[in-house]
Amino acid sequence: MSDPLLKVRDLKIGATVYPPGEKPHDIEIVHGVSFDLQPGKVLGLIGESGAGKSTIGLASMAYGRGGVKITGGEVWVNGRDILKTSLKDIRALRGGEVTYVSQSAAASFNPAKKIMDQVVEAAVEQKKFSRKQAEARARELFAKLGLPDPDNIGDRYPHQVSGGQLQRCMTALALCPEPDLVVFDEPTTALDVTTQIDVLMAIKEAIRDTGVAALYITHDLAVVAQVSDEIMVLRMGDMVEFGSTDQIINNPQKEYTQALVSVRSIDHEEKQPTPEPVLSVQGITARYKGLNFDVLHNVNVDLHPGQTLAVVGESGSGKSTLARVITGLLPPRDGDIVFAGRTLSPSLAGRTREDLRELQMIYQMADVAMNPRQTVGTIIGRPLEFYFNMRGAEKRKRIVELLDEIELGEKFMDRYPAELSGGQKQRVCIARSLAAKPKMIICDEVTSALDPLVADGILKLLLDLQKIEDVAYLFITHDLATVRAISDSIAVMYQGRVVRYGPKSQVLSPPFDDYTDLLLSSVPEMHLGWLEEVVAHRKMESAGN
Amino acid sequence: MHPIIKLVSQRIALGLLLLFGASALIFGLTEALPGDAAQAVLGQAATPESLANLREEMGLDRPALTRYVEWLGGILQGDLGTSLTNKLDIAESVGKRLGNTLFLAFWAALISVPLAILLGLLAVRYRNRWPDKLISAVTLTTISIPEFLIGYVLVYFIAVKLGWFSPLAMINDSMSIWQKLSAIALPVIVLTMVVLAHMMRMTRAAILNVMQSAYIETAELKGLNNFKIIYRHAFPNAIAPIVNVVMLNLAYLVVGVVVVEVVFVYPGMGQYLVDHVTKRDVPVVLACGVIFAAIYIGLNMVADIVAILANPRLRHPK
Amino acid sequence: MKNIPISALIGLGFTVLYFFVAVFAPLLAPYGMAEIVGDVWEPSSSEHWLGTDNIGRDLLSRMIYGGRTTIFVATAATILSFVTGSVLGFLAAVLGGWADQVLSRGVDLVMSIPSLITALVVLAMVPVTIPVLIIVMGLLDATRVYRLARAVAVDIEVMDYVEAAKLRGEGHVWIIFREILPNALSPLVAELGLRFIFMVLFVSTLSFLGLGVQPPLADWGGIVKENKDGIVYGIGAALYPAVAIATLAISVNLVADWVLNRTTSLKGGRG
Repeated sequence: MSDPLLKVRDLKIGATVYPPGEKPHDIEIVHGVSFDLQPGKVLGLIGESGAGKSTIGLASMAYGRGGVKITGGEVWVNGRDILKTSLKDIRALRGGEVTYVSQSAAASFNPAKKIMDQVVEAAVEQKKFSRKQAEARARELFAKLGLPDPDNIGDRYPHQVSGGQLQRCMTALALCPEPDLVVFDEPTTALDVTTQIDVLMAIKEAIRDTGVAALYITHDLAVVAQVSDEIMVLRMGDMVEFGSTDQIINNPQKEYTQALVSVRSIDHEEKQPTPEPVLSVQGITARYKGLNFDVLHNVNVDLHPGQTLAVVGESGSGKSTLARVITGLLPPRDGDIVFAGRTLSPSLAGRTREDLRELQMIYQMADVAMNPRQTVGTIIGRPLEFYFNMRGAEKRKRIVELLDEIELGEKFMDRYPAELSGGQKQRVCIARSLAAKPKMIICDEVTSALDPLVADGILKLLLDLQKIEDVAYLFITHDLATVRAISDSIAVMYQGRVVRYGPKSQVLSPPFDDYTDLLLSSVPEMHLGWLEEVVAHRKMESAGN
Repeated sequence: MHPIIKLVSQRIALGLLLLFGASALIFGLTEALPGDAAQAVLGQAATPESLANLREEMGLDRPALTRYVEWLGGILQGDLGTSLTNKLDIAESVGKRLGNTLFLAFWAALISVPLAILLGLLAVRYRNRWPDKLISAVTLTTISIPEFLIGYVLVYFIAVKLGWFSPLAMINDSMSIWQKLSAIALPVIVLTMVVLAHMMRMTRAAILNVMQSAYIETAELKGLNNFKIIYRHAFPNAIAPIVNVVMLNLAYLVVGVVVVEVVFVYPGMGQYLVDHVTKRDVPVVLACGVIFAAIYIGLNMVADIVAILANPRLRHPK
Repeated sequence: MKNIPISALIGLGFTVLYFFVAVFAPLLAPYGMAEIVGDVWEPSSSEHWLGTDNIGRDLLSRMIYGGRTTIFVATAATILSFVTGSVLGFLAAVLGGWADQVLSRGVDLVMSIPSLITALVVLAMVPVTIPVLIIVMGLLDATRVYRLARAVAVDIEVMDYVEAAKLRGEGHVWIIFREILPNALSPLVAELGLRFIFMVLFVSTLSFLGLGVQPPLADWGGIVKENKDGIVYGIGAALYPAVAIATLAISVNLVADWVLNRTTSLKGGRG
């Protein structure tokens, strides 16, 4: 075996934390991680938030973000320990031998400078190429990465290209100086799923063609399975498992890895529609004040009692607007909302207390959905007080019951939201909506801000509660895996229209319309070679046309 | 039309509207409050008859709106009216004093603006180390003392104890520029100190804000040195907020001038205004109020226009 | 109350001391406020710790009584400014629409003129008394509190928990007092300190210009005005208020800084 390009030994990383009401203090966030990366190979770093994967990635450039400091160990790049070299040598390494692609290209590009100036800057600065050579190479990379008009796109400013294009420009920026190693830090996480697949393929081909080595950091095992040769699973700053991609995906050894691989394998049998829907959305057309175009066009969907309707679409599809119309926050221009047999007033002000009680909502960001100055007891108790006039011991008893239902228990009663984890916060929000004894709950992307295993727990809880409470869910999401796991019927939305609607089994079976086909085939699947299959399939189809 | 032209013209229109509103507000205040120019001339002990006579003589018995329109029309033609106390033409008295005030403010700005930006950069460069903490402590102290007291502290220690510079800042036309500069040295130092503290703190915050952007991290990960990071990536984005800070502080300077002029008995607009407030000379107060408001509104408008012009999203629309 | 940083503790100590002296001034001052007890500008001695002033009054007593006036006027004006500004600001944020437009544009207009200039215009028209001073300063400053209160309330208003309360069917009263106010309190309290300092500087400046607290009442700005002529003879009587104002302002600043930091760290709690 040749000498490794990157050799990390017993890497320890610390950070200063500022907990509320306590003195700032140092903690260790990576506890002695070791690994090797051979030239030209791709290593996937995978883990949930707080696993330390980005921190390890940046350590390979001897960089600590914010208050993060490398406290021990060795990081060898091309045969020298970069933690022991001078700042000048580190600067020669950064942008030359090792480069970086961040999650948000939109924030990582300087808004005041043209794209080309920023793409070639490192290559010129590190004296790898002359300005002219670097620009030629950048244009080549733009073309290779599938950017439109590769000869001129560099003359634009960052805000003048789309998010997916800018992410590809960032990849060009990283590849331009012909580095030995590129650190990809969640490069496709912020993108829509149909955009993600193009960027992913572009990155993969660019890595293959240039022969560069890469650290690929992500929380999505299905994504990393497509691009990496080896995978390292991290959890809370420790390495859990290291192996070839094939071994990690098909034969995981550790329990935690097995859990990550099997995530979203919830079994949920589709229920049959009932004669009388609890919610009937009839011909809804809506637009926001001050805009001169509709964001929803003639939307018709039904939701049956005790069942789940998943509304799925990418950003800008109008799925969240639909929720605002149903709750009465945005009165529609046309159409009716029929709920429990009665036509609801289009605006919130015109709805009765009973209407409001029976139709509850859970939000994506549990952090901001709860008043930080109220305890869990107050948050869950308020609907009991407000709708059922419960007081004292009776109210307390009911709060404890609800806390038990969401698997938290009485001891959480006096805690503040800031003292809860992300999953616990979302559970409290669920309890608050259940407290109203609703017929239906709108769940707006309730799991998308959570780590996969935590999200899984929330989905299971929602399904269990549906059986007990017989409540219907309108489940808004962009994540098709979630849709498969939880829904009875599905509405696919695209540019404000419902393009496909029906029972789950029907919506997810061919023949598909173009958009649903694109959407479904873009969701990364956890088997090797999926990306090539999809891309080959698409090429064949477009050739056929 | 290019969106930037539209935004800038909207901002200019707003500035003119504010200017008009401010003149109405100042005039309206003098109308709505008890007491008027006639009362001011005759004093509290005047009989109702003599008051009524004088009002008629001064034209104060006519409707307020008519007098406002006349007054505003006069201002637009350069006629600021006549003073009640010395019967002199206000425009003439103001002309020279405004020049003196701007002379003072100009030198204070010339020293304080580069110094504030330099100190702001220094504080960012040595963030949370002793130079930053020292600068922060000194500026906190100067912000905590009113301008006039800083003035007297300097007079006491520099002019009286050390014998440098004159404690009074009298200037006249016969003086050479060097004599003038020596005369205004102390007031310029006071104004510089006062405005420097605010400007430096705001500059520091503006640069820090830019330095925390993700694109600065990108630049760092390209292996650029600190100078290049600041010069190429931080500076182009920090110009707009810094210019904004400078303009807001120049507006603040114009107000600070009022008090400092009184301390050093400097023949400028501020002293003129305060003098005539004490004498309840309404036409002079009105004229000075409008001039100060106009300068203030103008500088705030320039600050906003610079912010619009410096925004790359507006300069290069999609 | 644990974990108060030392700087905030010092600030808090001095602030409390100043208010204590202001409240009990008649008991603490060695001589009467307007009592002439010696020669003009006597140096400090065991009878007169800070010496005497321009007409032979005990300067320490003047400073103590002056602090009482300055702190009283500043406190009253701050309260007026806060009550008016925050009530109108919250109302504008919650009501929105027409009411918000009228209030906000009015405030824009008032703020387009420097407050010292507006104050001078008003004080040229009406006789200067303590209530007039408090009202003029309080109302002019209320514009700044209004902007802050409105901005804070608008930020909170768009939070999902406020939307959740609206969807529950809660009324304006619950939303303002139970959802918005508890979360707006900390930034407003920190601002309270800054506004108070501004008021102390403002009233001192007006008094120095002869348009604030009128003699024979003592206040810190007035003491400077009375004794400023001594400075050219090397008599520092006019400088004592500088020390008093600066220490008070810095102390309040330190407390306000701490309150503000505590709030931000609370917000930024476990992310």
